[in-house]
Amino acid sequence: MDYDVIVVGAGHAGCEAALASARLGLKTLVLTINVDKIALMPCNPSIGGLGKSQLVREIDAIGGQMAKTTNKTLIQIKILNIRKGPAVQALRAQIDKKEYEIEMKRVLENTKNLTLRQGTVDKILVKDGAAVGVGIESGLLFGGKAVIITTGTFLRGRIIIGEKDYPAGRMGEYPAINLTKNLIGLGFKINRFQTATPPRVDKRTVNFSKTEVQYGDKQPLSFSFWDEEKIYQSIECHLTYTNEKTHKIIAENIEQSPIKSGMVNTHGPRHCPSIDRKVINFPEKKRHPVFIEPEGTYTNEMYLQGLTTSMPVIIQQKIINTVEGLENARIIRPGYAVEYDYIIPSQLNFTLESKIIENLYFAGQINGTSGYEEAAAQGFIAGVNAALKIMNEQPLILTRDNSYIGVLIDDLLTKDLMEPYRMYTSRAEYRLVLRSDNADIRLSKFGNDIGLITNEQYKRVVKREKEIDRLISKLKASSLNPDRGNNIILEKMGTKPIDTPLSIYKLLKRPEVNISDVIDFTGDKRDNYDRIILKQVEIKIKYEGYINRQLSEIKKLESLEKYYLTRDLNYFKIVGLTYEAQEKLTKIKPNTLGQASRIAGISPADISILMLNLKGKLKARI
Amino acid sequence: MGIESTGTIVAIGTRPGEAAIGIVKLSGDRSIFIADKIFRSKSKKKLSGIDTYNMLYGHIIDNDGHTIDEVVVTLMKKPKSYTKEDVVEINCHGGIIATTKVMELCIESGARIADPGEFTKRAFLNGRIDLSQAEAVIDLVRSKTEQSLKIAAKNLQGNVKKEIKRLKEMILNVLVQLEASVDFIEEDLEITPYQKLTKKVREIKAEMEELISDEKKGEIIKNGVKAAIIGKTNVGKSSLLNLLSKKEKAIVTSIPGTTRDAVEEILYVEGIPLILVDTAGIRKTKSAIEKIGVDRSLKHINEAELVLLVLDGNRKFEKMDLEIIKKIERKKAICCINKVDLKQNLEMERIRKYFNEKFIIKISALKGIGIRKLENKIKALIMDNGDLNLEEKIIINSRHKNILKEVSSLLDSAEKAMKEKMSEEFPSYDLKTAYGLLGEILGETTRDDILDKIFSQFCIGK
Ligand SMILES: Cc1cc2nc3c(=O)[nH]c(=O)nc-3n(C[C@H](O)[C@H](O)[C@H](O)COP(=O)(O)OP(=O)(O)OC[C@H]3O[C@@H](n4cnc5c(N)ncnc54)[C@H](O)[C@@H]3O)c2cc1C
Ligand SMILES: Nc1nc2c(ncn2[C@@H]2O[C@H](COP(=O)(O)OP(=O)(O)O)[C@@H](O)[C@H]2O)c(=O)[nH]1
Ligand SMILES: [Mg+2]
Repeated sequence: MDYDVIVVGAGHAGCEAALASARLGLKTLVLTINVDKIALMPCNPSIGGLGKSQLVREIDAIGGQMAKTTNKTLIQIKILNIRKGPAVQALRAQIDKKEYEIEMKRVLENTKNLTLRQGTVDKILVKDGAAVGVGIESGLLFGGKAVIITTGTFLRGRIIIGEKDYPAGRMGEYPAINLTKNLIGLGFKINRFQTATPPRVDKRTVNFSKTEVQYGDKQPLSFSFWDEEKIYQSIECHLTYTNEKTHKIIAENIEQSPIKSGMVNTHGPRHCPSIDRKVINFPEKKRHPVFIEPEGTYTNEMYLQGLTTSMPVIIQQKIINTVEGLENARIIRPGYAVEYDYIIPSQLNFTLESKIIENLYFAGQINGTSGYEEAAAQGFIAGVNAALKIMNEQPLILTRDNSYIGVLIDDLLTKDLMEPYRMYTSRAEYRLVLRSDNADIRLSKFGNDIGLITNEQYKRVVKREKEIDRLISKLKASSLNPDRGNNIILEKMGTKPIDTPLSIYKLLKRPEVNISDVIDFTGDKRDNYDRIILKQVEIKIKYEGYINRQLSEIKKLESLEKYYLTRDLNYFKIVGLTYEAQEKLTKIKPNTLGQASRIAGISPADISILMLNLKGKLKARI
Repeated sequence: MGIESTGTIVAIGTRPGEAAIGIVKLSGDRSIFIADKIFRSKSKKKLSGIDTYNMLYGHIIDNDGHTIDEVVVTLMKKPKSYTKEDVVEINCHGGIIATTKVMELCIESGARIADPGEFTKRAFLNGRIDLSQAEAVIDLVRSKTEQSLKIAAKNLQGNVKKEIKRLKEMILNVLVQLEASVDFIEEDLEITPYQKLTKKVREIKAEMEELISDEKKGEIIKNGVKAAIIGKTNVGKSSLLNLLSKKEKAIVTSIPGTTRDAVEEILYVEGIPLILVDTAGIRKTKSAIEKIGVDRSLKHINEAELVLLVLDGNRKFEKMDLEIIKKIERKKAICCINKVDLKQNLEMERIRKYFNEKFIIKISALKGIGIRKLENKIKALIMDNGDLNLEEKIIINSRHKNILKEVSSLLDSAEKAMKEKMSEEFPSYDLKTAYGLLGEILGETTRDDILDKIFSQFCIGK
């Protein structure tokens, strides 16, 4: 039996890819090494965080799954950066990992058009330069119109603990040994990265009285735009610190750390260094934080955020026991490092289809990223685009100026990766506009256009947008007279009294004034408005100056994104380009003039020259 | 910057056949509006009120109502113009400084400095010229850009460049703190308190202002090439200046030490504006006033791109001459042996030890001998094998100045946001933009600097 879309792997990328494609009505097959391990979280038991939360909200706004499953399985949720501005606030949820797997598997199994099947893919079937299916190690072949590779850390995966190393995709899981060779044979350039995870300990052996408790938020929240916000029952996390004893043990045994022993030579993520590296690189720091987070409700395993290491297990145990509260903690599973193949992501288009083999897509850690959210975002984009292409529809291409997903993909395609890529808010140059709170307003139109967001849902967003505009106009129109009564109210609010009439809109621009304080002045009741609308209005008015600056910056550069560069361009034949530019452009093969302009070493003059040479040949869309 | 093809652009053009800089050209939707803002015609007519291909005579007036220059303005409405956009040409008369000022006024009123070849690029993109013609443009864009970069680098004198680099680094340091506190809140990092950072921003701003005002005094980048005439007293420096500028400006006298202060003269040597400075003669002096003059002349030597050393051919070589020569060791210099009309007593072999024969020229400032040759030599030296393009140079100078001004206002905005206790991402946006702009002046890319620095400076990682 033939399929439309075959997804290889059922991690966070694979699940989003498969669900998007199946929900768009395409016959979708998911092949994965072990169907007991769907959407498994091999590292931290949480979803969201700075930059990542924006990704999850965006996936959700266009019709993806992650936020919904998160809502269903979270055991703590909070807003990070609550004291800062809206652009850098983020949601983070602690997740019951097992529940998450079960829930995601349930969703996959109950999605129409979606078939789940165990099997290790070892080759891509290619005909006339296009993928037409896959073969698995048992010898079975599956035909498909598109193939999406989301194999995470499994390609030639090699686990390292202390001086031991062995092939594995993750601890206790088979690696995928043969697929890499097949990909290289097809012409893909491959490189290797590594990542690592801390040990887990038995909750009953932790002395929590010596740690600080960390609570979740007690206000109504929701990761998904499409679920009701609610107050969640929350489980506590705990905070403790390493100390000089810890650092001494590490220093004494540093020869056995992979950073010294030479067991691992590949680049790992700078944002997740091992405790070994932290101690070596920052000797002046007397302590490092260790967050103790539950892996779930029904398990005693506790995750030790901050103690990542792949030292020998005996030393791991010693390190742990130096930490306050963990003096008697017993390891259930040790920390380890894993080294794996990824493909150089500049071999992809904005749709995540490869430039080398048509109808072959890549998403997730295989593209050199790290993190569940980054993986899910790519999986979603690959799944949607594989489906759209089969349906002969325009692709869904997100850009730096409309989303973090756009930033993520553009960075992957344009930059030289030196380490596994993680999202940060600082990577998004337009982050004041690309906020977690307005992802639905920014993006649900795309979801509705392709058919993953229902008209019903979309209408709600449009309606809300209108209400926001209406309220802003109203605040602009209503003004406050400088009479005694009003000034008393103002002073109560902690803001300066007025001596000439002032619009409520201007009043709201004062840093110390909140929207809920001023609604009454319009003659309206605060309760008439949805919390979310009030918040949007407040953000739009308070930060208007900055927001408008970014919007006009976006507009200025927008035109370049509209020029698509065809794949068959021979840059060496373009007169006037420097040799360096010719080389770089040939290597990266940018999709748009905008992307070309972001390649390091490409000057404005090069862009002008491209524009001049390609006038008439540049297309407004692929 | 540099890749958008929108907006109204401005550039200084050269009148064909004449070397002197003279035309400020505007192209784009707002050219007429901008020109009307700064131009007062004699006839009280506005450009917006006249027909295409008509001219108006009048004056360019700055914001304070001062007259900058007497001009003739020509209007070419779209689509019948070179770029197929509204084009305004302002023909200036007051020489390079006035012309530059006119361009700056256009920028203040909303125009953007054109990129190299941008007029032609627009002409091409708007369908005014065809591909074969455009190929010439491509060459132009490439060569001009490369040339601009070279000149830009050259114009940023070592210490100014260092200064900008330092300010950029200071901004980065603040940014790293702001960004770390945003993206890595849970990392137990020691972030510098907001108040301290605000103070830092204020300091950076103050230094930036200083840099800009320095630049106004002409110490960073001069429009034109600065050359200092130096030499002992009475060797004929003032006479040489007068001869070159063909005006009686410096006081010519035979009493040693009369040229107390430096006299500046802008003159065109083969179309290149040369800011010629006649310095007080260097000689051992006890008089306080003269001492100031001598100090100044040392300062002028440092600032000058070119030095004209004048020696008196009539006199013997003295220790004083040697001292002067030592002061200009690292400078581009021409050695002028003056007073060749008199008996020659100077020991030429001693001179040849310090100067290449090519740069020794015999002249008489009194009789006008050898002046033509001197002018040619000056030209060759400052053009560095002919690749100096003055138009470009002015544009780059103004571009720098604009960027510095923009940076300064961004610093203001950041400081204000921080004072109002706005969240870090707002001042950070101002500072990031400023940081990128300074990188642009220095020709450096700045993409991942902040994250890189955060990782190297802080212990990140949970
Ligand atoms: C030890 C470790 C530590 C990590 N530490 C961090 C961290 O600190 N921070 C962070 O952000 N992220 C970390 N991660 C990364 C994070 O887990 C991944 O980024 C994320 O899960 C990637 O999702 P994915 O869908 O791309 O791949 P995965 O979740 O790895 O899923 C891959 C799927 O593909 C299947 N598969 C693989 N090969 C084949 C094949 N040939 N045929 C069929 N199926 C196949 C696998 O069975 C699996 O289901 C870590 C991962 C590991 C393993
Ligand atoms: N004969 C002769 N006299 C000159 C020449 N150049 C300058 N002088 C005279 O030398 C004296 C000093 O000249 P001045 O220009 O004031 O010298 P400065 O002190 O170097 O500025 C004046 O009397 C000039 O007329 C020259 O080429 N030939
Ligand atoms: Mg004199």
